[in-house]
Amino acid sequence: MPDVQALVNDFVNKLRKRKIEGSQATARHTAEFLRSVISQQRIPYTNQAGALIDSVKAVGEQLIAANPVELAVGNVVRRVLHIIREEDLSLTTAAIGDLNISDGSDDDENDRDDRPVLSAAALAAAARKTLRPPSLHTLLEDVPNATIVPLSSSGGDSEGKCKSADKSSRIRKLKHDVIEAVNELIQDIDTCHEQIAEQAVEHIHQNEVILTLGRSRTVMEFLCAAKEKKRSFRVFVAEGAPRYQGHVLAKELVARGLQTTVITDSAVFAMISRVNMVIVGAHAIMANGGLIAPVGLNMVALAAQRHAVPFVVVAGSHKLCPLYPHNPEVLLNELKSPSDLLDFGEFSDCLDFGSGNGEPQLHVVNPTFDYVPPNLVSLFITDTGGHNPSYMYRLIADYYSADDLVLQRKSAAGN
Amino acid sequence: MVRRTSRAAEDADDLTHVPLQAILLADSFATKFRPITLERPKVLLPLVGIPMIDYSLEWLESAGVEEVFVFCCAHSKQVIQHLAKSQWLKNPDMAVTTIESHNSISAGDAMRVIYERNVIHGDFVLVTGDTVSNMSLAEALQEHKDRRKKDSNAVMTMVVKKSKPSPITHQSRLGTDELFVAINPDTKQLLSYEDNANPIDKSLLSDNSSISLRNNMQDCYIDICAPEVLSLFTDNFDYQHLRRDFLKGLLVDEITDYKIYTHEIHSSYAAKVENFRSYDTISKDIIHRWTYPLVPDVQYFGSSAVKLGRQGVYSASDIGLSSNAQIGPFTLIGKGTSVGSNSKVSNSIIGEGCKIGSNVSIEGSHIWNNVTIEDGCKLKHAILCDGVVMKARAVLEPGVILSFKVVIGKDFVVPAYSKVSLYEQPIFQDSDEELEYADSSNGMAEISSISASTGMPDGELVSRAAEASEVGADGAGYIWSVFEGREEEWRHSVAPISEDKLAELLQAADDVLDVPHVENHQHSEELVAPSIDPENLTDDNIDEFEKEVEATFQRAVQENIKDDNVVLEVNSLRLSYNMAAADCAGALFYSVMKLAVETPHSSISELLHNVTRLIRKWAKLLKYYLSSIDEEIEVILKFEEMCTESTKELSPLFTKVLQFLYEDVDLIQEEAILSWESEKMGADEVDRVFLKQAEPFIQWLKTAQEEDSEEEE
Repeated sequence: MPDVQALVNDFVNKLRKRKIEGSQATARHTAEFLRSVISQQRIPYTNQAGALIDSVKAVGEQLIAANPVELAVGNVVRRVLHIIREEDLSLTTAAIGDLNISDGSDDDENDRDDRPVLSAAALAAAARKTLRPPSLHTLLEDVPNATIVPLSSSGGDSEGKCKSADKSSRIRKLKHDVIEAVNELIQDIDTCHEQIAEQAVEHIHQNEVILTLGRSRTVMEFLCAAKEKKRSFRVFVAEGAPRYQGHVLAKELVARGLQTTVITDSAVFAMISRVNMVIVGAHAIMANGGLIAPVGLNMVALAAQRHAVPFVVVAGSHKLCPLYPHNPEVLLNELKSPSDLLDFGEFSDCLDFGSGNGEPQLHVVNPTFDYVPPNLVSLFITDTGGHNPSYMYRLIADYYSADDLVLQRKSAAGN
Repeated sequence: MVRRTSRAAEDADDLTHVPLQAILLADSFATKFRPITLERPKVLLPLVGIPMIDYSLEWLESAGVEEVFVFCCAHSKQVIQHLAKSQWLKNPDMAVTTIESHNSISAGDAMRVIYERNVIHGDFVLVTGDTVSNMSLAEALQEHKDRRKKDSNAVMTMVVKKSKPSPITHQSRLGTDELFVAINPDTKQLLSYEDNANPIDKSLLSDNSSISLRNNMQDCYIDICAPEVLSLFTDNFDYQHLRRDFLKGLLVDEITDYKIYTHEIHSSYAAKVENFRSYDTISKDIIHRWTYPLVPDVQYFGSSAVKLGRQGVYSASDIGLSSNAQIGPFTLIGKGTSVGSNSKVSNSIIGEGCKIGSNVSIEGSHIWNNVTIEDGCKLKHAILCDGVVMKARAVLEPGVILSFKVVIGKDFVVPAYSKVSLYEQPIFQDSDEELEYADSSNGMAEISSISASTGMPDGELVSRAAEASEVGADGAGYIWSVFEGREEEWRHSVAPISEDKLAELLQAADDVLDVPHVENHQHSEELVAPSIDPENLTDDNIDEFEKEVEATFQRAVQENIKDDNVVLEVNSLRLSYNMAAADCAGALFYSVMKLAVETPHSSISELLHNVTRLIRKWAKLLKYYLSSIDEEIEVILKFEEMCTESTKELSPLFTKVLQFLYEDVDLIQEEAILSWESEKMGADEVDRVFLKQAEPFIQWLKTAQEEDSEEEE
C-alpha cells in the first residue's frame, strides 16, 4: 500500500520536524491520521481485527518514534487500538449470539450429515476465522470456541452462502464501527475544553484568588467559563520564563474581562499565601498520577503544598498516558535552544571555542518540562470529571487495553 | 513524476503565485578542507553525523522554499547520488533540481550558468551547501519585497548576526577575519563591507547623515536576491567571489546605483562552515542546541535515534560502552560504536560503527564513521575521516586532520596541525599559485584531481598506501606540507589557539599599542630633517644649535682658531640643524656676549669694556653672518632677549652696546634699529622696556637721518 506509506512518511516528517505544536493539536492530527489509515487499510477475508491492529501498531510505532516527547501521539495510538479491540469484541459477541440462535435449527441437519466434504471446508474456514488471529487469542479466550466449530461444520450450501454474505457485512461493519468510534474520539479531543470548562463553577468560588503559570488553553477556557457564570475572582499569572506564555494568557484573560495580575515566576512563593487555588495545565498525566508540565510548575506545586493551597490540574483525557514516568522509554524532557534564555550575540565571546582549551565555560540549559510527583497534586479535572491522582490507574484501565501499553518493545527487539 | 506535477502546478498559478526559489551552491570553490575534499565534496562532510547539505536543505524546506536548484560542480556525481538516496529529489514539499557544471571555477561562474538556464523567475534565496541555520525567512523576505516595491534597485538583502570577534586574534569565533561593516541605522542599507581594518571611506561619512560602524557582525552568507543579481553576474564576467567581487563591486559602483540591505537576526542561528575552525565551532553549537530543532536527538533527518542524557551526552541506542569508560560532557556517540575500558571521551563527536580500544583519551575531536582506534591512543582536537585506523599508542597532537582510510602506525606521534592523506599533495599547487587562485581556480584543480582519484583502481591505491610510510612503520598516508606564506595554520585549525600563541598575540597587541608613540617620535624627527620650512623648528632644536655654536665659538677662543674655520664649522652646524643664516648670527652674537659676561668683571663699566673688546675682536666673524637687515634685527632681538632673560646684568648697557654696534664696529645699520623699533612699538608695556631705554638713541638716529636727508637737499 504505497499510498498509506506516503501518508505515513508525510505525517512522520511533520511530527519529527515539530510542525504540529501542542498536545491537543497533535492528538487530533494523530487521530485523524489513524482514521485515514484505517479507512485505507484493505481488510483481509479473515482476522480483520488482527490486521487492523497490526497495521495501526506498525504506523503507531513510527509516529511515536518520530516525536517521543509528545506523549499524546502514543496515547491516541493506544486509544485507537483499544477502540478496535472493543469493537471487534462487541461484534464477535453479537455474532456468537446470532450463531447461537441458528444453532438450534442446525442441529437437525447435523444428523443427516449429507455433505461431509463441504462441511470440512466450512470447518476449516471457520477455524481460520476464529483461531487464526494470534493477537486476539486473549480476547477470545472467553468465547466458547468449541460451540462455534460444530455449528459451522453443519453449514449447508445455502447456509454457507448466507454466512459469507454475513461475513463481508461483518468486515464492513467492523471498519465502519471503528471509524465511527475514532470519530467520536476526535470529537472528544475537540470538545475536551468545553467539557472541562463546564465543571469550572463547581471549583471556582466567589472572590477567590487563582494562580496559574504559563499559558494553557484548557486553563484559559476553564477560567473564562467560571467568569461567564458570573463568578467574580482574581487571577495571578506567573509569566512562565523563558517563553513568557503567561503574558499571552494575561492578555486573553483581560480581553474577557478578568481581573489579572502578572507576576514573575520567582514571586510565586511570595504570593502563594494569598492564593486560594492553583489551576494549571499539563503536558501529560502519567499512570502514577504524576505530571509532566511546563518548566517551573514543580516549584509552584511545592509552594502550594507548603501553604496548603489546592493544586488542581486541568487536562483533556488525551493527555492521560498509560506509562509510568520511571519507564526508560518515556522521554520526560526536551532541551530547547539556549537562545530563549540569552542573546547569542551578547554572549558570543563566552562561546569562543578558539581560545582556552576548546570547551566553553558557559553552558546554557533550557528544559521544556518539569515532573510534578503525584503527592503534590490535589485534583485532576478531565473531561470525565474530577479525579484523585491515585485514581488515574483506573481511568487508564478504562481507556487503554493492557496489551497495547508497551508498543515500543517490539521495535526495540526488532532493532 | 513529482517534479512534473509541481511544474504543472506552477504553470497553472503562474500569474498569482511565484514560488519561492533558492539556489544552493554545493561547492565552496575553495580548498580550505583539503585533503578531505579530494575524496568527498565539502557539502557531504558530516557535521555531527549529518552531511552539511542536509542541514541547508532542511532549513530551506522549513523556511518555506518551494524550489531549490542545487548547483554541483566538484564531485557532482556524489552530490547527486546523495540527494537521490536521501529522498531529497522526491520531496513533495520542495522540488529539488540539480544543475551540473564541470567548468565552473567560482561562485560567479555558477551564477552565470544558472542565469543561462533561465530557471529563476523571482526573488530567490542564495545560500551555500554548508550553511546551518534555523532562522525563519519570512520576515527577511517581507522586508526585501517591501523595499523592492519602493525601490527596484534594492537587489539584495544580506543576513547578518551579531557575534563578537576575539579582541586578541581579531578573528571571529568561526575563524574568519574580523568583519567591518557600515550600515545606515535607519534604512539598514549596507554601505561598506571590509574584512580588514581598512579606514572607512571618508565620503561615506559626508554622504550619510547617520551611519553605524560595526565590527561585531558575522556574515551568515544567506542572501535574498532579486533576479537582477544573476544578470549582474553575467554583465560583469569578472565577478568571481560573492563577497569580494560582487558585493564590493556593487558597493563601489556609482553608476548603476544598486543597493544592498542587511537583515539582522537575533534569536535564531545561522552560520557557514568555512574552515576547520568553523566546522568545530558549528558542531559544538549544534551539540549545545543553538540550532534547535536541528539537533541530534530531534530526529529531523530521519536518522537513527539518539538520546540526550545529562551533561549533553548524546548516545545512540545500541552502543557498547565499557563500564568504566568515561564519557564526558557534550559528546555524541553514534550507533554501533564501542568504547573500551578506562577510555576517556570529552567534547567529541564519534560517528557510527567506530571501535575505540581501552585507555584511549579523546578530547575535542571529530571522529567520523567506522574508525578504529586501538588501545592507548591519545587524540586532541583532531578530525578523523571515515575508515581511519590508529594503531596502538599512536598520538595525535592538536589540529591534526586524517583523511579517509589513513593508517597511523604504532607509537607514532603526528605533529600538530598535520594533514594526512592517502593521496600525495598535488605538485602543481605551489604556494604562489595557492595564494593567487585560492578561491577562484581551484574548482578546476579539484575536478582534475578528482577524475584522477576516482579513476584510480583500488589496487593501485593500496600499493601506494603501502609505500607511504610517513606516518609510522605500519602506517599509510602522506603528511601534506604546510604552505609557507599561507595564513598561519592555527587560525583555521580545528584546535583551539594554544596558550603560547595567545601570549604571543597578546604581546603583539601590546606592541601595536606602543607603535603609535614610536611613530610619533620618528615623525617629528623626520619633519626636522628634510623640511626647509622654518615654522617647523622647535625650540629644542634652536637651543641645541645655540649650544653647539657656543661650544664651537668657545673652542675657537681658546684654541685661537681662525675666523674662516669657525665660519666653516658654524656653516656645517647650520646645515645639519637646518638653520637660517639669521639663527647663526643670533647664536654667534649670543656666544660672544656670553663670553663677555663670563669674563670676570667688577663693575658695569668694566663689563661694557669687555663687551666692546670682544665684539671688536670678533667683528669680522659676526659681520660674515650679518649680511642683511634680517640678520641684524635678529641680533638685536637676541640681545634684547639676553638682557631680559639669561644675563640681566647686561640690561643697563643695552643702549650703549647698541650704539657701539652701530657707530664703532658698524655691525648694525640704522634701518635695522628702526625696523626693530617699529616692530616693538605694538608690543606690550613689558616688552618695551628696552625700547624706552634706547629711545634717546633712536630719537637721535632719526634726527640724524633727517639731517642727512636735509643735507643732501
